[in-house]
Amino acid sequence: MTLHSHRSAAPQGGQAPRQRENAGMIRGDLLLPAVVESFRKLDPRIMWRNPVMFVVEVVTVLTTVLLVRDLVAGGTHPGFAIQINLWLWFTLLFANFAEAVAEGRGKAQADSLRRTRTETRGKRLVIDADGRFTPEGLYDEVPAPELVVGDVVLVQAGDFIPSDGEVIEGIASVDESAITGESAPVIRESGGDRSAVTGGTRVLSDWVIVRITAAQGSTFLDRMISLVEGAQRQKTPNEIALTILLAGMTLIFIFAVATIPSFVHYAGGHISVLILVALFVTLIPTTIGALLSAIGIAGMDRLIRFNVLAMSGRAVEAAGDVDTLLLDKTGTITIGDRQAAAFVPVMGVTEQELADAAQLASLADETPEGRSIVVLAKEKFGIRGREMNALDAHFVPFTAQTRMSGVDIGDRQIRKGAVDSVIASLGERNAAAGQVREIAAGIGRQGGTPLAVVDSGRLLGVVHLKDVVKGGIRERFAELRRMGIRTVMITGDNPLTAAAIAAESGVDDFLAQATPEAKLALIRKEQASGKLVAMCGDGTNDAPALAQADVGVAMNTGTVAAREAGNMVDLDSDPTKLIEIVGIGKQLLMTRGALTTFSIANDVAKYFAIIPAMFVGFYPALSTLNIMHLATPESAVLSAIIFNALIIIALIPLALKGVSYRPVGAAALLRRNLLIYGVGGLIVPFIGIKLIDMLVTGIGLA
Amino acid sequence: MSISGWVTIAAFLICVIAMTRPLGGFLKRVLEGERHLLGQIFGPFERAIYRIAGVRADEEQSWSHYAFAIIVFKIACFVVVYGLLRLQASLPFNPNGMGAVAPDLAYNTAISFLTNTNWQSYGGETTMSYLSQMLALTVQNFVAAAAGIAIAAAVIRGFARRSAATIGNFWVDLVRVTLYVLLPLCVVLAGFFVFEGVPQTLLGSVTVSTLEGAHQTIALGPVASQEAAKLLGTNGGGFFNTNSAHPFENPNALTNFVQMLAIFALGAGLTNMFGRMVGKERQGWAIFSAMSVLFLVGASVLYWSEAHGNPLLTSLGIDPSLGNMEGKETRFGAIGSALFAAVTTDASCGAVNAMHESFLPLGGMIPLINMMLGEVIIGGVGAGLYGFLLFAIISVFMAGLMVGRTPEYLGKKIEAREIKMTMLAVLCLPLVMLGFTALAVVLPAGLSALSASGPHGFTEALYAYTSAAANNGSAFGGLTANPFWNITLGLGMMIGRFFVIIPVLAIAGSMAAKKIGVPTPGTFPTDTGLFIGLVIGVILIVGGLTFLPALALGPIVEHLAMLRGTLF
Repeated sequence: MTLHSHRSAAPQGGQAPRQRENAGMIRGDLLLPAVVESFRKLDPRIMWRNPVMFVVEVVTVLTTVLLVRDLVAGGTHPGFAIQINLWLWFTLLFANFAEAVAEGRGKAQADSLRRTRTETRGKRLVIDADGRFTPEGLYDEVPAPELVVGDVVLVQAGDFIPSDGEVIEGIASVDESAITGESAPVIRESGGDRSAVTGGTRVLSDWVIVRITAAQGSTFLDRMISLVEGAQRQKTPNEIALTILLAGMTLIFIFAVATIPSFVHYAGGHISVLILVALFVTLIPTTIGALLSAIGIAGMDRLIRFNVLAMSGRAVEAAGDVDTLLLDKTGTITIGDRQAAAFVPVMGVTEQELADAAQLASLADETPEGRSIVVLAKEKFGIRGREMNALDAHFVPFTAQTRMSGVDIGDRQIRKGAVDSVIASLGERNAAAGQVREIAAGIGRQGGTPLAVVDSGRLLGVVHLKDVVKGGIRERFAELRRMGIRTVMITGDNPLTAAAIAAESGVDDFLAQATPEAKLALIRKEQASGKLVAMCGDGTNDAPALAQADVGVAMNTGTVAAREAGNMVDLDSDPTKLIEIVGIGKQLLMTRGALTTFSIANDVAKYFAIIPAMFVGFYPALSTLNIMHLATPESAVLSAIIFNALIIIALIPLALKGVSYRPVGAAALLRRNLLIYGVGGLIVPFIGIKLIDMLVTGIGLA
Repeated sequence: MSISGWVTIAAFLICVIAMTRPLGGFLKRVLEGERHLLGQIFGPFERAIYRIAGVRADEEQSWSHYAFAIIVFKIACFVVVYGLLRLQASLPFNPNGMGAVAPDLAYNTAISFLTNTNWQSYGGETTMSYLSQMLALTVQNFVAAAAGIAIAAAVIRGFARRSAATIGNFWVDLVRVTLYVLLPLCVVLAGFFVFEGVPQTLLGSVTVSTLEGAHQTIALGPVASQEAAKLLGTNGGGFFNTNSAHPFENPNALTNFVQMLAIFALGAGLTNMFGRMVGKERQGWAIFSAMSVLFLVGASVLYWSEAHGNPLLTSLGIDPSLGNMEGKETRFGAIGSALFAAVTTDASCGAVNAMHESFLPLGGMIPLINMMLGEVIIGGVGAGLYGFLLFAIISVFMAGLMVGRTPEYLGKKIEAREIKMTMLAVLCLPLVMLGFTALAVVLPAGLSALSASGPHGFTEALYAYTSAAANNGSAFGGLTANPFWNITLGLGMMIGRFFVIIPVLAIAGSMAAKKIGVPTPGTFPTDTGLFIGLVIGVILIVGGLTFLPALALGPIVEHLAMLRGTLF
């Protein structure tokens, strides 16, 4: 089956990546469910996944039990203890709220996906004794969940595709907006690189016969739902390492705080469990502990809103580490289509003559190359596009056999096509053949593609088709270089052409005449030298390389094999997105690092608030350490614990949005983040605690 | 404070910097098994040792085998030292007729010397026979130090190698460091000490008649050789009870200066060896710089504190120009004592030439903080470097995240396993330092040993456990060790040593197995001022902040009370 326009689903290069929704980071309608969820997450069985907050929960329950005991026993002035208890619970709830808000957006999306999936029915074709089916269509209607791998279904215009599969016959336009959010239909056809169809999408016109390739529960839609819901969210390697670091620091502070009663006893003083718990909770890294999982969920969510599905969080982290980017030339570095740049006639033919013939040959050619020839002829020589009908011209379309296209006007046969094919059609003895080959070689050296033009057996010359490098791509590569990422262009072109485009686009290196094997070898070589490699691909022959790469982004338009091999799927099928994916991966790690630093730096101020308050009763000299001049020991402790709880809420937007990433070198990035989150983390709590203390004493809470 | 004091500090640092590179180069040659002059002379001897001991020098060990070899070696050391001390009464070289050492003291001393702590719950001249001093203690001064350097070398190999399964051979490292580094340097240093008047004899104590006609026993012995080993190996166990304050251990200002240099020499050299072995000397200098900054700050505060007299005494009309001279030797003065105290606690040495208990509160706090940070400021030989690397790993981890990459140090990814091991090692210090202090200040057996009350007594206890866990060995003074203390301090020393060594070697093992990534502009450099500043911050906040409540109840409140006119 051939298709007139084989570029209908070409990547939409050059467009800015489109976001599914541009609404604010926290949607109002999701807040209430998140509040409810915050309480549900107090369940210790859920809580214990987060060691830092689990410890907070344990000590909070302890102080609450003590409080109840004191209240029952009729203790005096329980106001302070009640307030501390309340804020301890708030600390827990705020942490849960952060996670619930982050999850909420995914949940909402998953629900709409589920609605899409509703009770689809599939037309399972009846297979006869010879193992064949009749295209005329004897089929049973079965519910989609009953389909198994290997079943063959017929999907006609208006039907939903019941499950993931591969088109084995037919061609159809498919509406994939349910998963991509893109309303323009795409073409799916058997054979070639666009044979994969996704369950839940809808055939708009024509029909296809699909072989089911995914079992129920592991379809693309299923995976997407579990992904956005975070149901299968596993901790990523860096997240695990960070959790260990935080748990270790929590342990250290257990030692620091648990030994205080004995020290105080020696000094002849007394200290209540409540104050110890308050000190402990403020010292352990609750800020990052509370926001850690929200940061991870938000990172995945950012990718999803970017229309990229990561199959694992590990892949997102790996994206931040990438050292080498393999980029396909076409669609990524150059705009997918070549443009006519010059007419180079053979001797004895004028440029205008060649332009005129070339334009005639291209009049009915709807491909971008054909159009660009018409436009160039008009621009250079004022040759206006003529009407096919007026000329009584007959269009001769491109076929894989002839590798030429053109028009017949009466007896006049005008053709344009690959140089070799055109010459072959004329016979090698043609006088101008040598000259045309020479011109073609020259064009090749400049990175162009030659297209020979022949008018009724007479070779006129060559049209120089040029790859047009995308605007701004040079700057992107310079940016990547500053980030420490090397770019390698992959192209099937010959080395000369590749070198010319590489030089023009500013890519660091290129792989010319790339075969799947060469690609795989290149990835292995890079990895052997300790580098992480990212690439994107769509064809079945890309699958090995996609699987080998540390970050393999499969295009949604691609084959089932490619989609299975990659660890991310780009729903927009836009290869330039690789660059943004790297940024998102980095941002995820940076946000964790920044908030960890902030959390730990906070401790200095908290010590200065609580230590004098704890000890001043029996060592009055220590009041000198109260450098913030907090009003009373009670107000100091209360202010510290309030600050500790509120800072979680205050940082939720940052955790969801991510620390801003700029493509500068690591040293500059570290300096900037250390200044903001390290030094800032030292100073902010001094100011915050002081202000809260003034407020607390002002309204008479302590 | 005087100009000459600051000049002394500056001159000291310059001398240390000057030693660092040549020593680093030599250490690397020895530990990488490269050719060197001493190796050509003593090579046959080295090979003879391997033959006798049945060591296959060309066979390398995985991290677990390396760690196992260390444990076996340490257990053997314990048996030998404990046995010698218990049996010394019936063994030769006992001219002064010393009796057997009590079991808890022998246990404490054996642990103390094999962990390179050299905490001394005894007075050497009144407890130990010469045989015990030489065969039990001085031998440990060599091999415990050599083991420390060997471990550092193994850890560095972990960082330097790529996709490797082994990190060296413990026995080979041990023999080479002892034979080519410690012995030759000690011979030279001991010779210098003898020249300056330090005794080196096997004769018994001399009894003399003083001018007043009284009889005085002057303790003698093989002092110079033990002295050299005590300092170079950052052991710190003196021949005499008063350690380097004794005129036979440390006769004059020149020997005092040389002693301080000897304490820092190998620790500083190891930073350079690190740089050389990982292929970038700058990395070594970065570590050295971070250590130097912390050293300078500590030494300056200490000198500032001690150079001012006690304000309460000054107000009574006592001339403060010499500084706080209580518990100090006049031949060293405020600067010679303050700098020595900073150096010995930075480097996990534990030799002392003044009574740290008699320092002013802030002056006494600096040695305490130096040790609490885990002895990573130059640190004990070997131990300082691998202790520092733990903080470097935490710093790299945080910095790595902040630049958006999986953290890398020297091209090696820092992952969950390394963080787990690092936290294990970092955890054990506060556990021992704070945990045992908490016990000691409430139990009668603990309290009875303290000589002071109030915050000062608290500091005595805190200092003792801090010194033990950090394997420093210096004493604040004032503590009369009893079995409770001997046993708990012994435990503290063991935990402080082995609960760091084993995780550190595990890190070395997993690091060695990793590939080395290529540095790009996306990996942040670990040899710049920014990183040095970050490591210092991490050391102070992660390593130090834990101790703030304890410090507040000890030296800080004592200082503040002193300003208000109360002394403890």
